[in-house]
Amino acid sequence: MKDLLQFLSLQDPNVRYVVLGTLLVSISTAVIGNFAYLRKRALVGDAVAHSVLPGICLAFMLQGSRSLWVLLPGAFISGWLALMSIELINRKSRLKTDIAIALVLSVFYGLGVLLLTFIQQGERGSQSGLQHFLFGQAAAILPGDLSLFAFTGALLCSSVILLYRPFKLMSFDPAFTQAMGWPLRRLEWILSTLTVLAIVTGIQTVGVVLMAALLISPALAARFWTHRLPRMIVLSALFASLASVLGCYVSFRQSHMPTGPWIIVMMSLLAFASMLLAPEKGWLSRRLAQGQHQWKVNAENLLKLLYHSGEQSGDFQIGLTREGIIAKRYFSPLMLRLQLWSLLRGAWLSKEGQHYRLSERGMERGARLARLHRLWELYLTRYLRIAADHVHDDAEAMEHLITPQIEAELEAALDYPERDPHNRDIPR
Amino acid sequence: MENILWQDAFWIVLTGSLVAVSGALLGSYLLLRRQAMIGDAIAHSVLPGIAAAYLLSGGLHSAPALLGAASVGLGCTWLIDTVQRKGGVQNDAAMGLVFTFLFAIGVIMVSAFGGNVDLDQECVLYGELGFIVFDERYWGIPRSTLWLGGNLVLILLVIILGYRGLFLTTFDPEYARATGFSTGRWHYLLMALVSVSAVNSFESVGAILVVAFLTVPAATAHLLSDKLRNMLVLASVFSVAGSLGGYLLAAWLNANIAGAMTVVLGLQFALVFLWHKRLRASAPEASPQLSR
Repeated sequence: MKDLLQFLSLQDPNVRYVVLGTLLVSISTAVIGNFAYLRKRALVGDAVAHSVLPGICLAFMLQGSRSLWVLLPGAFISGWLALMSIELINRKSRLKTDIAIALVLSVFYGLGVLLLTFIQQGERGSQSGLQHFLFGQAAAILPGDLSLFAFTGALLCSSVILLYRPFKLMSFDPAFTQAMGWPLRRLEWILSTLTVLAIVTGIQTVGVVLMAALLISPALAARFWTHRLPRMIVLSALFASLASVLGCYVSFRQSHMPTGPWIIVMMSLLAFASMLLAPEKGWLSRRLAQGQHQWKVNAENLLKLLYHSGEQSGDFQIGLTREGIIAKRYFSPLMLRLQLWSLLRGAWLSKEGQHYRLSERGMERGARLARLHRLWELYLTRYLRIAADHVHDDAEAMEHLITPQIEAELEAALDYPERDPHNRDIPR
Repeated sequence: MENILWQDAFWIVLTGSLVAVSGALLGSYLLLRRQAMIGDAIAHSVLPGIAAAYLLSGGLHSAPALLGAASVGLGCTWLIDTVQRKGGVQNDAAMGLVFTFLFAIGVIMVSAFGGNVDLDQECVLYGELGFIVFDERYWGIPRSTLWLGGNLVLILLVIILGYRGLFLTTFDPEYARATGFSTGRWHYLLMALVSVSAVNSFESVGAILVVAFLTVPAATAHLLSDKLRNMLVLASVFSVAGSLGGYLLAAWLNANIAGAMTVVLGLQFALVFLWHKRLRASAPEASPQLSR
């Protein structure tokens, strides 16, 4: 607890630099990552991240300094070259995008490894610290780096705000963007350049291999919580900051734990949690909604079945036993008990001895279902000219979905019919 | 150049070729099935399995350790699939999420237990092919070479015995299903081979450069040929040449051998890419044909 307070107060200057640095980087990357995610460019980001390595090494070999202001331009150029190579291979040969991405990623990375090991055996190589760019070393963030991060962060966010409209259009409908008179190619070029910039700035924090996660996972998590792009962008920035702070805290508590990978693990866990738990779009609530619908359909089928049986025997007062119900339509015995119990509680049914029979309101609802079923069958045969023996299955699904308004329209369209295609009465 | 020990050089080039040819054969299938990036994801995500194998049994050279580590690769393909189907996430993002997650866990394991096991971050990133000459030897052959040889034999056996199944499920999944080949089973068999290969190659080339061997020779071969058999042969030839050229480059620069091999493979691709463009510019486009 004391540790946590000490960490959150940011009194230790090292903690302050690390937390502020990772926050700046992860927020600006997450913001631009939304567009990469929506345009399905996640793996291109991965390739660019791997490809900055040779640029960093060459910049170091030429300048002999490991200041970020020197290394990042090199990284930017090689990341950008990688992007162009992917596009070139894609357009000028029969190789598909995925193979072009994997190819450029691994060759650039291999070149980076060659240069890195070449530098390391030289006299000043052992102090170069370049290997930190592979896994990232957030602990090495210096005050000077912070101003660089703040500068690129401001550049990225202001570009996104300025070009929000065309970027949004492009993400959802590139053809329409062009039709509206926006210069699509140039905008794509700007967006790609911004993405490369974000990736290049982030590599010191999480390293070249894990950078793709910083770009994609926050947007992926945020997508489950909202349908609106502005909210998605804000949420992804929030998720990214939360993960960064958690990751920094873990490596603050356990000094030998690497910060970058922990940030990624936290970010992934947030994404997995959103996938499971988010309202509406999450797996759990979708399953729940499915279950609720299934429950309602089962209940309605039971009422309809009891109504049919009354209709056939001409006496609605006899009702059916559980065995009698299962003989007419299969329900699993446990499910049937549960459904009958809930229908009894809702006063849709009454029970006498072993026989279940429809109450007054149960009768009404059963009749309405039979009616909707038959109306729909009639509609299909009359308007879509489907044969009478082919319409049952469709009506079986539709009877649970038709609203009173559609019911009224159907009736009017069919001219208030009395009998369905199978020559059964349509109950009023 | 004068300090090359020719006997060591032989073992290094041979082992490099074994890694590269295994990758090239599997990679040709991955390329044709448009699953190149799944190879990338598997290669990254076997890392936690490898770290666990080092921690529990001190290395990868035992069947349980190897299979345990490789099963993480299969788990990764399963997880990607689940995220895609149950979570409704698009394919590229699902892959990006899953493999970075697993790789991050692997890196954390390596740095947490780094003091206790013979596994460090450099090894993860680019392996050390040169160290195989210090390996234990059996019948005069380094241990890694034996394991990688076994790996290649396994791949060749599957390709030869299962040629028809792999061929059909690659080119015409509909027809394959209709004639009784289970596309799912062949898919997972291929993924299992990729996982086993990634684990076997780990000590020589690390967790990431495996992707180069899975991708580059196959892509170069695909520029030159449509026929599966020709592709497999060409890709293998490119791999062996890349391994030899890479060794010479690395010896000259005194740098990492696997990285140098990748660069040579990349150069091969670049040359073929330029040459084939000129070829295409002068000759009328031949209609692509599928044939055995």
